[in-house]
Amino acid sequence: MAKSETKPVESLKYEEAFAELEKIVATLESGERPLDESMRLFERGQALTKRCSELLDKAELKVKELTGEELTDFEENQ
Amino acid sequence: MEQMALFDASPRWTVTTLTRHLRQLLEADPDLQGIWVEGEISNLSRPASGHVYFTLKDAGASLRCVMWKTEAARVRLALQEGMAIEVHGSLGIYEVAGQYQLYADSIRPLGEGALFQEFLRLKALLEAEGLFDPARKRAIPAVPKRIGIVTSPTGAALRDILNTLRRRMPLADVVLASSPVQGAEAPLKLVEALRSLNRVVRPEVILLARGGGSIEDLWAFNDERLVRAVCESQAPVITGVGHETDFTLADFAADLRAPTPTAAAELATAITVLELQQGLVERSQILTGSMEALFERNRTMLEGLQSGLRLSSPQRRVQTERQRVDEMSRRGNAAQVHRLELAGAHLVGLENRLMALSPLAVLKRGYAVVTKNKRVIARKSQVQDGDALRVRLQDGDFGARVTGKG
Repeated sequence: MAKSETKPVESLKYEEAFAELEKIVATLESGERPLDESMRLFERGQALTKRCSELLDKAELKVKELTGEELTDFEENQ
Repeated sequence: MEQMALFDASPRWTVTTLTRHLRQLLEADPDLQGIWVEGEISNLSRPASGHVYFTLKDAGASLRCVMWKTEAARVRLALQEGMAIEVHGSLGIYEVAGQYQLYADSIRPLGEGALFQEFLRLKALLEAEGLFDPARKRAIPAVPKRIGIVTSPTGAALRDILNTLRRRMPLADVVLASSPVQGAEAPLKLVEALRSLNRVVRPEVILLARGGGSIEDLWAFNDERLVRAVCESQAPVITGVGHETDFTLADFAADLRAPTPTAAAELATAITVLELQQGLVERSQILTGSMEALFERNRTMLEGLQSGLRLSSPQRRVQTERQRVDEMSRRGNAAQVHRLELAGAHLVGLENRLMALSPLAVLKRGYAVVTKNKRVIARKSQVQDGDALRVRLQDGDFGARVTGKG
């Protein structure tokens, strides 16, 4: 957890950001952390929520084509 | 002779009752109901009513056939004069015309029956081998990150799938392994596409799809090699082949069978981007909620501590101590007084006894105590002329010097 926590939110993929958010929510729900740490987690959680939301909003389906062992961009309606 | 007829026991019919009787005979015969009849189409007619009329014939005979509008609409085959077909239906009689005919409910090209027999044979074989066992079916991940597609690159199936995925889960990475989906080379190409997807891309789920077509068009999906490749796929496979009513052996082998390519894409994305967004909102609410709860808990704790602090403040302790001291001294005094009284009485007794023994008591009677260097002089030998002495009387003492010892 400590590893990804140090990563800037902007560099996280959706799955990473959401997984960390889930952990933070669970930690905060357990209510076992000291107040200052909880505050920090909360702020991180908010940033992660925002990141996830942005990623969902601007998500675009990526389509590749596999030819042999090679992946190339797939042009639709060709 | 004329009269004889009056007593004739031969059955009597009207045309209507006779025809109705015949019709009932035909309709009661299980060998004439729900049957397949093969032959060639002739006299095909499609009036505006939508019903289809034709004659089915072979070298030796012909049979009138009628297919009602509803059933006719489901026939995917383009019927033509001379076409060799198999017609499914039941024999009946059109009473008005006195015409027996086949009421058709479905039509397939001749030879499809043989294909279907082959389909059933292979299905039984693979089923016996356990390839369709429900226990083999793997779960489809709810939010697959990487989705593989095996289908034709130009078909409507791919377009439908991509549109559905784009709408439901645009976060996904999609990899197409294209392959022809009909024709002689299709089965092997499909197998290859499945295998290389598994080997190179390792998707979390694979969609094996093809748009609608005749049973021959879909035949590649009944190929034993493809069925085995579906079973061997590391990623779970969702099939979406043809239409809702089409079942292929690949469907039976798949981890999940969808009625159409679009449905396959939907089943591959059980959770949509919309639900992810809702989930996010929920998490965010929990986050805020638990933070508020934490603050509330800390506030309550703080208040508890504060009142605890007030109770144990130095001021409060000093007050308490003071009260304790008061209390103790009150109780202590009583005992002390009593003790002192006792001690006092004892002391008086001792004093009296002491007084009786005291040399001072003797002095009161006019005797004196003589000391030299603080030693009492009791004998004459203890002194010399000129010695300094102290003489103590009852009220004090004075010095003296020895003279005339002799």
